[in-house]
Amino acid sequence: MRHLMNPLDFTVEELDRLFDLAEDIAANPSKYAHACAGKKLATCFYEPSTRTRLSFEAAMLNLGGSVLGFSDAASSSASKGESVSDTIRIISCYADICAMRHPKEGAPMVAASRSGIPVINAGDGGHQHPTQTLTDLLTIRSLKGRLGGFTIGLCGDLKFGRTVHSLIAALLRYPDIRFVFISPPELKVPDYITDQLREQGVDYEEVIRLEDSIADLDLLYMTRVQRERFFNEEDYVRLKDFYILNNEKMALARKDMLVLHPLPRVNEISVEVDDDPRAVYFKQAQYGVYVRMALILTLLEITV
Amino acid sequence: MLNVGKIEEGFVLDHIEAGKSLSIYHHLQLDKLDCTVAIIKNARSNKMGKKDILKVECDIDTLDLDVLAFIDHNITVNVIKDGEIVDKKELTLPKEIRNIIKCKNPRCITSIEQELPHIFVLADEKKEIYRCKYCEEKASESTSSW
Repeated sequence: MRHLMNPLDFTVEELDRLFDLAEDIAANPSKYAHACAGKKLATCFYEPSTRTRLSFEAAMLNLGGSVLGFSDAASSSASKGESVSDTIRIISCYADICAMRHPKEGAPMVAASRSGIPVINAGDGGHQHPTQTLTDLLTIRSLKGRLGGFTIGLCGDLKFGRTVHSLIAALLRYPDIRFVFISPPELKVPDYITDQLREQGVDYEEVIRLEDSIADLDLLYMTRVQRERFFNEEDYVRLKDFYILNNEKMALARKDMLVLHPLPRVNEISVEVDDDPRAVYFKQAQYGVYVRMALILTLLEITV
Repeated sequence: MLNVGKIEEGFVLDHIEAGKSLSIYHHLQLDKLDCTVAIIKNARSNKMGKKDILKVECDIDTLDLDVLAFIDHNITVNVIKDGEIVDKKELTLPKEIRNIIKCKNPRCITSIEQELPHIFVLADEKKEIYRCKYCEEKASESTSSW
């Protein structure tokens, strides 16, 4: 039995198979409409995350399965002091697979170690959110036609941004990728990442202004400056509007550059950009459902 | 000069950084053993200036030396049998240490679930970096002892 805790849990070959499956699901949804009939997905969300939870639930419903679960700790037995280990033992009796979001880092791993069913980490604090990374990779692969051989700009909060760190780690396994890190000095990508890039001989550049590098990019990954990652409200207010992508900046970019964003956005992408065909962040949410469908099938070892 | 007699069977842990012997005493849980232990602090050393030494008279299979390598792999471990040194053990970094240090990350699941073992895994052998198995927080000087 396998779980998914970290985007690197799967080898590149396993990811290729997962993405092939996700693309087949996207092309032939009706073929998979009953693949999980009689199976149940438990969504154990100890903190609210409407988007991720609904994406998982939509994925299971699209496969003909059912869903059950809770959407915040207050409505779970955790409010009575039950441990994650005990909860997952109980959930294992009720469902066939579990997606767990927890504010504490490592909680899904604890669950996996005690679980009788596959556990998917649906986000653990600032640590990992592997299905977001799989979503990003599938979006790039499907819309660019390849993983590798491009320049990707990552913009915004590169210090605290969990999705950015995971995406960099995942992309490092593919060839010929050049990274451009665009952030204010306070929110620079951590040293351990740039150290790793240097050790592996990966080309990267750190810049402050988006306008200076946007013309070189094949992909632009925007991120939100997250209030919950700051201890100090003043710092948050000062930095949150540092980068705003608008039509003026998009005019400097290549005709085939794609803009991705894990969402939700606050104001870092102006709504005027939404109609630009290069803005693919809403499509990305759709790919998120496809990749979760493929993941559920893979972990349940169901072939269609 | 203080003289501590020879032991018949057990270990002599030599070249311990001065001041660290008590911490090693606790980590090896020597307080739980019913055997003779000599703690020698601030002994003269040509190599180190000052050093600590631990002499433990016990069955040589009773000690878990993995933890020693984590604390300081420069410690020399002499294995004694019949009053003679029969082996000098090379200390290698353990792949995993359990309940030796505590994860200090306030966002780690171990901060709220008390019964979980605190496990650190060797993430980078060259740089001697251990990370919490659950949250991947790096073990550092500030990581508290058990």
